[in-house]
Amino acid sequence: MKKTTLNNLITCGMVLAFFAIFGGLSAAGILGNKLSGLLVPIGIYIILSVSLNLTVGILGELSLGHAGFMCVGAYMGGIFSTIMQNVITVSWIRMIVAIIVGGLGAALFGLIIGIPVLRLRGDYLAIVTLGFGEIIKSIANNIYIVSDKNGLHFSFANAVNPDIIDEATRQDIMKGPLGINAPQDTNLLLVVIVLMITLVVLMNFIDSKSGRACMSIRDNFIAAQSVGINVTKYRLSAFVLSAAFAGVAGVLYSHSITSLVSKKFDYNLSILILVFVVLGGLGSLRGSVIATVILYALPEIFREFSDYRMLIYAIVLIFMMIFNNSHASEILKEKVSALPIFKKRSANAAGGDSK
Amino acid sequence: MSFIQYLVSGLSLGAIYALIALGYTMVYGIAKMLNFAHGDIIMVGGFTAFTAISSAWCPVWLSVIISIVVCTVLGVVIEKIAYKPLRNAPPLAVLITAIGVSYFLQNAALLIFGSDSKNFPSVVKNAPPFMLVYENSGVKFFTSPVDTADKLLLTISMETFVSIVVSLVIMAALTFFINKTKAGKAMLAVSEDKGAAQLMGINVNATISLTFAIGSSLAAVAGVLMCSSYPLLNPYTGSMPGIKAFVAAVFGGIGSIPGAMIGGILLGVIEQISKAYISSQLSDAIVFMVLIIVLIFKPTGILGKKINEKV
Repeated sequence: MKKTTLNNLITCGMVLAFFAIFGGLSAAGILGNKLSGLLVPIGIYIILSVSLNLTVGILGELSLGHAGFMCVGAYMGGIFSTIMQNVITVSWIRMIVAIIVGGLGAALFGLIIGIPVLRLRGDYLAIVTLGFGEIIKSIANNIYIVSDKNGLHFSFANAVNPDIIDEATRQDIMKGPLGINAPQDTNLLLVVIVLMITLVVLMNFIDSKSGRACMSIRDNFIAAQSVGINVTKYRLSAFVLSAAFAGVAGVLYSHSITSLVSKKFDYNLSILILVFVVLGGLGSLRGSVIATVILYALPEIFREFSDYRMLIYAIVLIFMMIFNNSHASEILKEKVSALPIFKKRSANAAGGDSK
Repeated sequence: MSFIQYLVSGLSLGAIYALIALGYTMVYGIAKMLNFAHGDIIMVGGFTAFTAISSAWCPVWLSVIISIVVCTVLGVVIEKIAYKPLRNAPPLAVLITAIGVSYFLQNAALLIFGSDSKNFPSVVKNAPPFMLVYENSGVKFFTSPVDTADKLLLTISMETFVSIVVSLVIMAALTFFINKTKAGKAMLAVSEDKGAAQLMGINVNATISLTFAIGSSLAAVAGVLMCSSYPLLNPYTGSMPGIKAFVAAVFGGIGSIPGAMIGGILLGVIEQISKAYISSQLSDAIVFMVLIIVLIFKPTGILGKKINEKV
């Protein structure tokens, strides 16, 4: 068996084992309500962080707009299921279609945004993706959709004119800043299935010709160009794929909470996901998974220290970054490099350095 | 309200953005890092001034000075503790550390001051607004409210006036400092080539500390001015202006000092005009849209230098 295949299987196995153990504990009632409630968001955040790792780790471009693509998926999927609630009554079929709609919608946005954005590089690319994320959030904040017997009424920036709505059959679908209330169709099993599909697709992409092309662009843009790699095509394909999975995560997210508001999708969310990716190790999907589970669960578990937990989180973040790049950690890494889990991480960290 | 009125309020907001953007651009130029914590220094400046003004004994001018000193020290300390060990680390590691510092400052402020917004007392509380009134004989100045509403051309509040004047003075002083003094030239040299600057006998560490000190003191001034004009102060006050100023710095060409000034002022004017004439909720989206359009046609910003990558 190839080494990468084995590594990928280990990662998938770890994720499955994690969700099987904790899902089982939660079903048996041992885990308690608070921790059980964390499993679905953890799954969603893993999808987000592994998909962002494709842009940041494999493609080597800093994207600060991942929450924007999640927002597109969340709203498109949410609006779709709200409208189709009475047409497709089987919730899981509706949800699958919603996931496809949201994913394709986000991919389309990724394509539209990617074409101009990928002309830029480095910090300029970062700020423009941040800008697009904020634009998507602001626009979503201003859309109003109402359905009645005559069909759908759209409005932008102002609520739909009440005179044209038939009050008897009125249904508010999207209420501007108040967002949408999508049906609660997300469950843990669905999240785990989608997560596994995401991991398999991303692993195959990374190990394919396209993935290797992206990594060569990351390591040396000009050299990649000079050996005839179609830089724009591969950069765009990785960016769009990353956006599509962010959209899928968004659909799962919007169907897991009762009320979705666009405020949630600001740059702080993008930065949170970026923190997961960087601390997990650039280019390492397994690292992203581990970092997401730990960093998402820790502040929630330590809620008793409510006021201090985010302060501690910040301090831990700073010292982890300093330690990670210090001489002491080099020695430590050499000592533990016999363990397979660290082997991959340090190899990838070296790849990240040469960026 | 007239177009000129919006223009003036845009200029005043833009001047504040420019002050913050200067800090971003100087730190970027010299340390090649995006200092995400810069926005939160503004918040610290605001809270320090707020605490000082609220205590009865402290006159306003002294509170402003205290705030500047606290932020300057804070900026240098942050650089020494968090950024200096990472000077040779990959840029993303430094970025995440800066995000960590930003979380730290926000949550420390949250612990000390609570999450509810404080009402910041204006630093020029009792000063009357200027009024420009258009009459047959020409434009006239009034410093007290006059009852000529139909001919009123322009009202400039003292906050707006002070923001614009203070920012312009600081920018002029900074331009002089960087181009004419030894320390300023050392900063330019370090941002051009750190290794070569060291060989020429420039103390690189001291220069970087100086850059952080200047950037943070500018952020303190910006914090006081901003809180005087828009008096709500909470632990997250600094983050959106910080991001906008970052946009302004990129807009003008990151690393370029005149670029940050132009970018900041343009951004403030665009934001206020679009708030007035298009939509107040969409003004942020419009600001980012303009940035994206500029960057697509001029990928290194308005005054940014185009660097050709060599193999």
